[in-house]
Amino acid sequence: MRAIKFLLQKEFRQIFRNRSILAMILVMPVMQLLILPLAANYEVKNIYLAVVDHDHSSYSQKMIEKITSSGYFRLTGYNNSYQEAFRLIESDDADVVLEIPSGFERNLIREDEQKLLIAVNAINGVKANLGSAYLATIIRNYNQDIRIDFMQAGRFNDIPTIKVTSSNWFNPNLNYRVYMVPGILAVLVTMIGGFLTALNIVKEKEAGTIEQINVTPIRKHHFILGKLIPFWILGNIVFTIGLLVSWLIYGIVPVGNLALLYGFVSIYLLAVLGLGLLVSTFCDTQQQAMFIMFFFMMIFILLGGLFTAIDSMPEWAQVITRFNPVSYLIAVMRMVILKGSTFRDVLPHLGIIALFAIGLNSWAILNYKKAN
Amino acid sequence: MKEAVIKTENLTKRFGDFIATNAITLEVYTGEIFGFLGANGAGKTTAMRMLCGLSIPSSGNAVIAGYDVYRETEKIKKNIGYMSQKFSLYEDLTVLENIRFFGGIYGLPDDEIARKSDELINQLGLQNEAKKLVSGLPLGWKQKLSFSVAVLHQPKIVFLDEPTGGVDPVTRRQFWDLIYDAAEKGVTVFVTTHYMDEAEYCNRVSIMVDGRIEALDTPHNLKKKFSASSMDEVFYQLARGAKRAD
Repeated sequence: MRAIKFLLQKEFRQIFRNRSILAMILVMPVMQLLILPLAANYEVKNIYLAVVDHDHSSYSQKMIEKITSSGYFRLTGYNNSYQEAFRLIESDDADVVLEIPSGFERNLIREDEQKLLIAVNAINGVKANLGSAYLATIIRNYNQDIRIDFMQAGRFNDIPTIKVTSSNWFNPNLNYRVYMVPGILAVLVTMIGGFLTALNIVKEKEAGTIEQINVTPIRKHHFILGKLIPFWILGNIVFTIGLLVSWLIYGIVPVGNLALLYGFVSIYLLAVLGLGLLVSTFCDTQQQAMFIMFFFMMIFILLGGLFTAIDSMPEWAQVITRFNPVSYLIAVMRMVILKGSTFRDVLPHLGIIALFAIGLNSWAILNYKKAN
Repeated sequence: MKEAVIKTENLTKRFGDFIATNAITLEVYTGEIFGFLGANGAGKTTAMRMLCGLSIPSSGNAVIAGYDVYRETEKIKKNIGYMSQKFSLYEDLTVLENIRFFGGIYGLPDDEIARKSDELINQLGLQNEAKKLVSGLPLGWKQKLSFSVAVLHQPKIVFLDEPTGGVDPVTRRQFWDLIYDAAEKGVTVFVTTHYMDEAEYCNRVSIMVDGRIEALDTPHNLKKKFSASSMDEVFYQLARGAKRAD
């Protein structure tokens, strides 16, 4: 046990002497939490709209006004022909073309029916889908507005309507940041835990210092504990900084129990530290370790439910996410921070993460050899 | 009767088809300075790593400080010190911190660590550098420091793998003074080197060629046997036939 004391002392000295790691530990959570939730936003705004108005009537003017005042669209072209407008799509100056045929106003009033054409640039699928949906909704609303204008009240009321009222729970303003922040916290903890452990041990291999350690009578598990404990503590520190930043900047205060949150993160950290340790036993250079960790991180993050909901992934991808520790942490972070879920709610997640921790660390310890 | 502190019998290490160390048999006696010579790629480092418990032999036997090299590597490690070819103390720790760390790892009590650190720093004349990072030290000092750290826990044997590579003759001389000091205190020294003047300082030397030990005797007897005026010539006669090189 005395050996661990000396190992920890040495490890902390090295960490605190390495300014770039210290800076990363402080700057990374602040920067990521400041920038990402504001920038990586799935709300689609600023859809460029080109209008081809063949009617030039007051009705068509009113409709265009209604569309542009919605805040989602920016009128970038007001063209005389569809070809002209389509050229704007080709040059990326427009995302959506709305063509209003001549006789729009007349047909609407006399025949009670008029067709419009919406052409969408579908390269960015999300923008295209949402753009045309927004546009259709605005036009439908406009349609109702004008019907009130020229139809007799009695006839209008004949149309049976279902009115749906919805209420948004846990994130009443549908604020995307509230959804992102807990997820980014999860990624932060993973990066610090996994990368730093893997790189630290491989660095000792590169420098040859690990050989000097291997020739001492130090016990294998003492050495490993001496490596894991410092990064476990660092992971918790980074998590704390992250929580403070999300409180100060976004006013997000965990609804659930803080102790539960820290308890889960602590066990989760053991799992990612185990992964880092395992990777380090397979690598001889920091470059290799970096690439392998990066490979895992990319998959973990993209298949972790940070940006895209796991429920809407294809079946096979959902199976993969079950083997992704990050997906459990992201889920639990959102559950506890936003919904106030309790120990019972996260117990299944906790069990799986504990299995990850045991499995990865056992494998790493088996694979770590003092002699070859 | 001299007591053998290292005893190997047909010790062999294979890497696939390549036999790095081929059936070496030797005995090293307590308190001896044993020179383990050989050209580059002759298999010296591999042999030494097996004796230190860093590498598991493919076949053959070895007993180090009374412990078996297969089953009792951790006991061997308590009784040996090792200094590798590559400087392997922590560059981002100070001189004093390195000494304390390795002292602690070898299980020395705090008061002994403190006493030994002072002693060692005075002996090496590093009073002004004690609190400076090791990375700033000149190579010669780093090597002296590694040696001192390797014998800090008073091991029975210290293994030195090309300890004086790349330093000037004066510093090498000082380094050998340290080796003599240690040997006088009863530490057996097992050292590899490419400098034949250093070979002359050893009690006995062995010369490895292509994984085998081709000669083993005192420098004096070897020179007589090969009718050579210096160890340089002895080495040349044996090693020029070598097929392996780096």
